[in-house]
Amino acid sequence: MDTSSRKCMIYSIGDSIISPLAMTSQGNYAAVIRGESRLQYRAHAFGLPEPCFVSLLDTERLDSAFSALSDFGAVGYTRMEKAAIVAAAQAIEEANIAADREDVLFVISTTKGNVELLEDNPYEPERPYLWRSAQIIAEYFDNPNTPIVVSNACISGCAAQITAFNQLRYGGYRYVVVVGADVLSKFVISGFQSFKALSVERCMPFGGERCGLNLGEAAAAIVYTMGDDERRVPDNALVFCGGGIRNDANHISGPSRTGEGLLRAIHAATDGYDLSQLAFINAHGTATPYNDDMESVAVNRAGLQHVPLNSLKGYFGHTLGAAGVLEVIMSKQALADQQVIKTLGTNKPGTANEVNVALQTQNAPGKAFLKLISGFGGSNAAVLFEIHRPKQ
Amino acid sequence: MQNNFDIESSCRITNDQVLVNGSLMLTREAGSENWLADIYHAIGMQYPKFFKMDNLCKAGTLGAELLLRDTDLDRENVRTDWAIVLMNSASSLDDDRHYQQTIQDPDNYYPSPAVFVYTLANIVTGEIAIRHKIGGESSFYVLPEFNMDQMTDLTGQAFAATPELKHILCGWADYDNKSCDVQLFHAVRK
Repeated sequence: MDTSSRKCMIYSIGDSIISPLAMTSQGNYAAVIRGESRLQYRAHAFGLPEPCFVSLLDTERLDSAFSALSDFGAVGYTRMEKAAIVAAAQAIEEANIAADREDVLFVISTTKGNVELLEDNPYEPERPYLWRSAQIIAEYFDNPNTPIVVSNACISGCAAQITAFNQLRYGGYRYVVVVGADVLSKFVISGFQSFKALSVERCMPFGGERCGLNLGEAAAAIVYTMGDDERRVPDNALVFCGGGIRNDANHISGPSRTGEGLLRAIHAATDGYDLSQLAFINAHGTATPYNDDMESVAVNRAGLQHVPLNSLKGYFGHTLGAAGVLEVIMSKQALADQQVIKTLGTNKPGTANEVNVALQTQNAPGKAFLKLISGFGGSNAAVLFEIHRPKQ
Repeated sequence: MQNNFDIESSCRITNDQVLVNGSLMLTREAGSENWLADIYHAIGMQYPKFFKMDNLCKAGTLGAELLLRDTDLDRENVRTDWAIVLMNSASSLDDDRHYQQTIQDPDNYYPSPAVFVYTLANIVTGEIAIRHKIGGESSFYVLPEFNMDQMTDLTGQAFAATPELKHILCGWADYDNKSCDVQLFHAVRK
């Protein structure tokens, strides 16, 4: 066999989603296909004076999942750390790797980590530092390497995966465990409220009458590796095909009107790829007026307006640092079933430019999906994935 | 480790000194209350938006200004062959603590969008991207402490992953407990 024709692939070997809907990837996918969501109206969540519409992890359920992992009690870990550890443990178990090896790296995606500790910190003074939460997570698995925290606002989850791909290709690591996690607090919700960015009803991604986003709590993890032996790639594994991060260089909190940065990220992710193979686009779709308009402009400029497009924010809310990881896992399952998941919450689309919003879960043949994500700081990312189909 | 770039210039801002390419450029005057504003005036920068920024963004923006003012960046057209790769230890905790004060007391509750917008570590990369029209990758990493090998790895990997990149503004930008530590580099692909 001619080894030069062998292509080195980066692929997933395990994943997990911890959300208010379910405590596994499969459980979350099944719940979403049934149209479930735990987003709900809360009059005074976290003692806030104003109401919000959020999706919160059940603390008791989280603690029992955490306690079931090992003899370690749930005492001594924050909610964010527990969610991240449960997600990572499940993904590592599925991957069947020893996480205490030197060739395993943890890459943690989070925007606010343990920020609620600024109000009241019963732990050591360093605990609000993101590197410290990451250390706690990696140490739980006896991993000897300094974990890398990616904190790139809302694009962190996809940026962390791009960092993982770089570490596999150029950094000498054999396995990278990507963990995205964020929890909600008075800090985070009040800030989004001060921005007038939140809707107090269920969000309507790409809807003509959308009026803001919903926030949600979640953790999600994917274990990636790299190799050239196709027989070792698990059925329905994510296979990385391209990705990029690009800055709008326009505004720190407002999306670009022209979708410039996202368009360049899409070009970076899809360069040289036959786009007729694209089954669907999983957009960021936060349901803020500006974000969804910007995405509709970028998707049109890329010539992808006919491709079915969805947003999963109506099921989970915007899960911040977890979003880019969670939504990629959900999209993987959908691509395996050759379908695009419906955009829950939206009946009538209406954006600056027309896009093909999936209003029903429907058949979507194709080899690949494109994940889009954008956030504060003018950052945008796009990542293209295929899945490894089982041999017939 | 990647050996795919050279460091063309560097800039360092500590609590009492500014160094450019290792040479002392400015020293904090005894009793100075506003060191970052002192630097702004001393280098003749004219960018009113500076005064809206939090301390991390001010420190990073000043570092980028010192590093890039002699380059051919024209500040009119977005440069897609430039990227920003920054890291620090405290993320945005300095501004986070400021924002927390605005919501801590229910009887004095005034959450401010102007403060909240800076409660993300990567806003400093956005501010630098806007100022210098840098349209390539912008990434922000959080690590326990500055480590030159790790910075070199992450920068080298960014060059390796994106062939069209020619320049990266990379390094450390930290502001925590009134302490400023900025070490920025202009990395050029070999």
